[in-house]
Amino acid sequence: MNKIIEKQQLSDEVFRLKIEAALIARECLPGQFIILQVAEDGERIPLTIADSDQKEGTITLIFQTVGKTTHLLAELHERDDILNLVGPLGKPTHVEKVGTVVCVGGGIGVAPLYPIARAMKIIGNKLVVIIGARNKDLIILEDEMKLIADEIIICTDDGSYGRKALVTAPLKEACEEREKPDLVIAIGPPVMMKFCAETTRPYKVPTVVSLNTIMIDGTGMCGGCRVIVGGETRFVCVDGPEFDGHLVDFNNMMQRLGSYKKREDKDHEQCHLEIAAKKKANG
Amino acid sequence: MDKILPDNKDLKPKDRMAIPAQEMPLQDPVERVDNMQEVALGYTQEQAQLEAMRCIQCKSSPCIAGCPVQIDIPGFIKAIADGENKLAIDIIKKNSLLPAVCGRVCPQETQCQAPCTVGKSLKDVNKAVSIGRLERYVADWERDHAMVSAPKVEKETGKKVAVIGSGPASITVAADVRREGHSVTMFEAFHKTGGVMVYGIPEFRLPKKIVHEEIDILKTMGIEIKRNFVVGRTRKLADFIEKDGFDAVFIGAGAGLPRFMNIEGENLVGVFSANEYLTRANLMRAYDKDKAHTPMFDSRKVGVLGGGNVAMDAARMAVRLGAEEVHLIYRRTEVEMPARVEEVHHAREEGVIFHLLENAKSIIGDENGHVIAMECLRYELGEPDDSGRRRPVVINGSEFIIDLDTVIVAIGNDSNPLIKQTTPDLETNKWGNIVVDEKCKTSIDGIYAGGDIVLGAATVILAMGQGRTAAKSINEYLE
Repeated sequence: MNKIIEKQQLSDEVFRLKIEAALIARECLPGQFIILQVAEDGERIPLTIADSDQKEGTITLIFQTVGKTTHLLAELHERDDILNLVGPLGKPTHVEKVGTVVCVGGGIGVAPLYPIARAMKIIGNKLVVIIGARNKDLIILEDEMKLIADEIIICTDDGSYGRKALVTAPLKEACEEREKPDLVIAIGPPVMMKFCAETTRPYKVPTVVSLNTIMIDGTGMCGGCRVIVGGETRFVCVDGPEFDGHLVDFNNMMQRLGSYKKREDKDHEQCHLEIAAKKKANG
Repeated sequence: MDKILPDNKDLKPKDRMAIPAQEMPLQDPVERVDNMQEVALGYTQEQAQLEAMRCIQCKSSPCIAGCPVQIDIPGFIKAIADGENKLAIDIIKKNSLLPAVCGRVCPQETQCQAPCTVGKSLKDVNKAVSIGRLERYVADWERDHAMVSAPKVEKETGKKVAVIGSGPASITVAADVRREGHSVTMFEAFHKTGGVMVYGIPEFRLPKKIVHEEIDILKTMGIEIKRNFVVGRTRKLADFIEKDGFDAVFIGAGAGLPRFMNIEGENLVGVFSANEYLTRANLMRAYDKDKAHTPMFDSRKVGVLGGGNVAMDAARMAVRLGAEEVHLIYRRTEVEMPARVEEVHHAREEGVIFHLLENAKSIIGDENGHVIAMECLRYELGEPDDSGRRRPVVINGSEFIIDLDTVIVAIGNDSNPLIKQTTPDLETNKWGNIVVDEKCKTSIDGIYAGGDIVLGAATVILAMGQGRTAAKSINEYLE
């Protein structure tokens, strides 16, 4: 069950896994996520689905090694099974023809953005894609996005590829155009989504963000994923993961994401020490 | 043996009433706060027989009426008194599939033991025959002697039943429906089966080994179990019947959504639902800090809001996880607490500080959004409310502050929204609970429901009682 049938390393810290998961592939729609557990004593972590193939019975996950569980996941090989995998979870994206849709993806957020962007294009929207990353090495899915986008803008923080800018710069320009976008979808690090929402706010362009919070069950039971949206408490797992970016309290969300930071940082550092030790042992 | 037990058949009611109520041996409070092992250790054979001899076998047997699954209580107790443990457990198993669980977590003092004639005669419900402890004793005896056997399964009928959830209601339905020869598939959202008995009730009250053994019996009976399967998401309920060929479905998905107080500061870092706190500790085994990858919040001063069993579990878990102070805040008095008396008593023994007639007004955070304190209000009891309990009335201007770094909210659950969201024809009430008739049938033919998803947060035994009813209806429906 949950066999990895293809593994690709996209960059130093980014991996793509194609996984046999017929039940999830049968039901999943853009915007939904899965929860997985790699080891018997492991954590359950949510990851948004990057692609799926119902005929083949597979789903694709793209993830960055940011902590213990993602490191363990990256250590798995083709033909290995993922211990536990459940989904699809969360509400799917509301896909509708609205006119022009600007999809903004930051870093690894481009992965979950891809199926949404594709669905928005297929239904007949004009699709503008803005991809941003720290550097050239961290840009993912550029070719795939190029195939579906009417226009694509790439930015890097260090200028190693595309424009040397934050994604908010081209987003602001898009909002200032005579025909401003009808919808913006921003997925990426919380701080990026926060500033995308701030960028579009003055132009009153509806802006959807997809939140990835701390989660255990993913079915509404634990409440660990709760966020404040428009002054009310909402659960990312059953009410989201997508919300109106202009209403999300990002500061609270970012604080809550840091609940276990000390332990996570320690575990992450340990992972890197172990990787370094292994490399050394292997010469 | 230095003490020879009397022969059960020689005892007159007067002799029986004279036998002292047998105390449950317990782990010492000083030791147990540092471990996760079970607090109550169980009767010895001698204690069990003596306790069983206290039952006067009264004609009216009010205990049976007090039991949600109508176990022949005097029957099994007499068997224990006679030294016939196997007979005793067989009698219980006619009605209850989970005696080792129910013997531990049922609120017997408000059910079977409440109307006990012995307790009434001695004018003290605590002196009633300890039915629950005896039930636990024979269930453990059967397991320790490797005598547990799976119920007999009738010839295959070719009918297919889906059971959603793997908690007490679902386990009961699965077994009762499978017995009739129907094929049963159980669907569990988590990676481990057992529902609330695994993620909610802590190890120190219900060892997980017991739950796993009960599930193993289902497997022996030929029940297929699919984990990591969220009905409503992995598959829609309607598809079970329309596309997957199930003839009937039972929904025992449990209480889902934790309630919060809707007060200021409730989303600060350090505020948890009891569900999350307990799930981390129990299901994800985060108490085993060296092994588990799932982190547990580092707490020094914990406040628990609520007065039910879940609040007690959370408070006692916090003690075991090393909190220096654990405060339990409840707006009524101990008399109104829905928690079992035994759990309240154990919590006090373990050093939990009780704040009665107090309630949270707001939670206060620092500049980083971390909890540093809670503002509370004092209450007094007023006139009785709809529930018959005296209504707590706030004392104006009674605000005060407790320093805390962690707040655990344990004030109940609303029902899980997933199945409802994805099954438009399923009738639910204003709290989101599934509406069923007296046969546990929902508004859709062939679909039945029971347990917390129908009752709101209730108990293991009430869930089992509904499971019994639902299984009977499903078996009739499939005839």
